Amino acid sequence: MKKVLAIAGIVVKELYRRKDFYVLFIITVLLSLVMASVNFFNDDKIVRYLKELCLLLIWIASLVIAITTAARQIPAEREQRTLLPLLAKPVSRSQVLLGKFAGCWLACGGTLVCFYLFFGLLAMSREHSWPLLNYVQAMTLHWMLLGIVIAFVLFGSLVFAAPSSNTTISFVLVLSILVLGRHLNKVALQFSEPGRTITYTIYYLIPHLELFDVRDLIIHNWPLIPWQYWAAALAYGGFFSALFIWLGCWAFQRKPVN
Amino acid sequence: MRSPLLITLLLVSACFSLAVVIEPRLAYAKVYQRHDKSAIEVILGEARRLFATHFYTKADVYFHSGFYPSIFDEATERDAHMATDAGAVQEKHEHDANFLGQPLDWIDRFSRAFFPSSHTHLDAGGARAVEKHDGHGREEDHDLGESGDVREILPWLKITADLDPNRIETYTVGAYWLRTRMNKPKEAEEFLRQGLKANPGNYAILFELGRIYFESYKDLPRARNVWEAALQRWNQQEASKKPDTFLRLQITSNLALLEEQTGNKQKAINYLEMAKNVSPHPEAVQKRIDELNTR
Repeated sequence: MKKVLAIAGIVVKELYRRKDFYVLFIITVLLSLVMASVNFFNDDKIVRYLKELCLLLIWIASLVIAITTAARQIPAEREQRTLLPLLAKPVSRSQVLLGKFAGCWLACGGTLVCFYLFFGLLAMSREHSWPLLNYVQAMTLHWMLLGIVIAFVLFGSLVFAAPSSNTTISFVLVLSILVLGRHLNKVALQFSEPGRTITYTIYYLIPHLELFDVRDLIIHNWPLIPWQYWAAALAYGGFFSALFIWLGCWAFQRKPVN
Repeated sequence: MRSPLLITLLLVSACFSLAVVIEPRLAYAKVYQRHDKSAIEVILGEARRLFATHFYTKADVYFHSGFYPSIFDEATERDAHMATDAGAVQEKHEHDANFLGQPLDWIDRFSRAFFPSSHTHLDAGGARAVEKHDGHGREEDHDLGESGDVREILPWLKITADLDPNRIETYTVGAYWLRTRMNKPKEAEEFLRQGLKANPGNYAILFELGRIYFESYKDLPRARNVWEAALQRWNQQEASKKPDTFLRLQITSNLALLEEQTGNKQKAINYLEMAKNVSPHPEAVQKRIDELNTR
């Protein structure tokens, strides 16, 4: 565990030394503040459009940070020729991958805390309320989604030839699942066999990332998600993260590192 | 050495003279005149109307606190509930209270806890009126909360009006909610006047403007003038095509109410007669006429 955390620490340091997070955070803040300054019918309590925009920017920024950070971890180690010296130490390939995953995931968690803190302050300035538990649910679900995405991208970085192709494929897949995942069953029912069975099988096999997207509940002030459902979603996310990490470890064991 | 300098000076002078002659002519040339429109019109062209439709729908999505069918759910034509509730359009289709239906599978059932899955209206408290206990759609009505939450649809209506100034419902729906729930008749009037500027003499906007004078400002003579203008415009605009009887019914009914309140019984009866001709329930209107006659 110590070895995993040591590698994770390096990844976290790498993220806060890079400019990605700062740039995306400043863009999010600036755009949100510009939109907040728009006057609609002299009413200063209108807030939901602002929450929607801010959450959209947070989601885009977090996905960009998670995917680009995870995609370059293993290829960068290989390009800089630091992977072999690292593996020469008493650390296994699985521990390296777990460390990379933990580092990326923790770093994303840190950025999410900053983003959601800003979001909460922005919403509070108009709504004068602080639904902390709702924000905690939304943020933890968001963080779990990023865990699945990071695990998948790390696995992809061992399968795909270049970080650019891995990044592009990951973005396309994540966005497709977020947009279509919930509706794939309805689409399947429109098809005749064997298309219906194939589509329904895909529906059951894919990680349903849209479960973790509860922006609409936050924007429109819906009540809390029942805690047992929230916990089940986290367990579901944990299962897929573990699956992709295991696949990544399996691929890493078979991959020549020189 | 002096010769190249002189040639350069000559060329610069020639260019300047040519620019002075050509520039004013080009400024009024047809190719430049089309840029006389707003930036949105120049950039988006007619596509802005598509965006306007999207944002108008977005306002209705907000009116339902996010509970709205996607393109995968949408099987039938829908009325925007924010418009039917505002009386801006006639309700032609049934309220599809739960388009989701029964869950198709366990993922579908489970996922309904993670997105808005109950039908609510912002003017009745929106999501605050629903307390979900188990995520299976069981609901309990609570305090309706602040129905002023309907203000949240207004930014989208404003953007819709900017993108498509000829979409009449945008103004009437926006003005209705501004006037009734937000108690902002001044802003409602300004919004309607913006609509009138883009659509001169439109009877639906005039009718809504009359409601502001009648209900908010209690300025009965002005309300009468505006509604009579609306009726006149209706007669001019709707006579040659399939008439919008819904608006005529509203204009004449409100004029009848106004005349009744100001003591002009005969005028009120005349307007009710007009309303009877277009009403889906003429017997109810006749009953009111009889009541007025017996007074």
